[in-house]
Amino acid sequence: MKRSLFFLLGVGFMILTAGSPAAYQIGDTVGDFKLKNIDGKTVALSDYKNSKGVIIIFDCNTCPYSKAYTERIIALDKKYDSQGFPVVAINANSPEISPGDSFDEMVDRAKKKNYTFPYLVDETQGVAKAFGATNTPHVFVVVREGQDFKLAYIGAIDDNTRDGSQANKKYVENAVEALLAGKPVETPKTKAIGCGIKWKNS
Amino acid sequence: MRATILFLLLSLNVAFSQEVPIVKFDRLEKLMQTKSEKIQVINFWATWCAPCVAELPLFEKLNAAQSEKVKVTLVNLDYADQINKVKGFVSRKKMKSDVLLLDEIDYNSWIDRVDTRWQGAIPATLIINTSTGQRKFIDREVKEGELESIIAELK
Repeated sequence: MKRSLFFLLGVGFMILTAGSPAAYQIGDTVGDFKLKNIDGKTVALSDYKNSKGVIIIFDCNTCPYSKAYTERIIALDKKYDSQGFPVVAINANSPEISPGDSFDEMVDRAKKKNYTFPYLVDETQGVAKAFGATNTPHVFVVVREGQDFKLAYIGAIDDNTRDGSQANKKYVENAVEALLAGKPVETPKTKAIGCGIKWKNS
Repeated sequence: MRATILFLLLSLNVAFSQEVPIVKFDRLEKLMQTKSEKIQVINFWATWCAPCVAELPLFEKLNAAQSEKVKVTLVNLDYADQINKVKGFVSRKKMKSDVLLLDEIDYNSWIDRVDTRWQGAIPATLIINTSTGQRKFIDREVKEGELESIIAELK
């Protein structure tokens, strides 16, 4: 009896956790993370205690949408790093599923494209899961309030996956500009179109 | 003589290889909304998406086996300037289902109209019984036999 009760509790717990996504919502304080950068050093979100915020982008080497957005991601860092909103890119793809996303390939891509920002490995995929990242590229803009980083924007970079110069709505730029001006973000949530993150086989 | 036959065969092959029209979302919306006897099976894929390419044979098999009851439409999401690559792929794989290239790059303007649960990754598949309004959305790869059992369910 006792055992079956435990079993039922266990099943109930599983259903509960499966049914309620733990992912952060707009306005939530996000947890700190520490991940390995392509230079071998560790980068933590808490390292950005002097920034106004951070543009966190789940990205990868291999997805055609990521490739189409690479120059725009570099441009975001060029434009906003100096204004206190640097880019931090995170690759959560399992290199077993997507060999083009191995650590060495990440180092290579960052070098070739002259990344001016960290490109971190989310080896356990725990950070991607905590943020509720599903695709690449998938952007999460956080704004610093004291010690905390609060989620202010989730979604796509802009409304034109193919050509940034043709984009009518620059979601991330608009969000960061609003945050810099101390205004509410007009469109805090869009859908990030892209390739699904390559999850490990569990 | 042999050369002529070869030539004829080649030209037949060209004649039968299907067109891949470049369409806007309204074409797709029509497919989803127009009442039809057939169950609509709409799959979103791209040539660069390995899991999508891997599951295409399941849709081709369904199309071949149940074409009187089911209408399969394979909606390609490669960029429109890649149309020749897509056409080459379709003819190389001898695909028989309808293939459309959807040229709508502002995804946020249309993906919720396919299904609000769709987060924007492919493969994704929508199965609709347009006469009853029943629908099923799958935002991952389909498994062998899964399409057939969903279709039986929606009939």
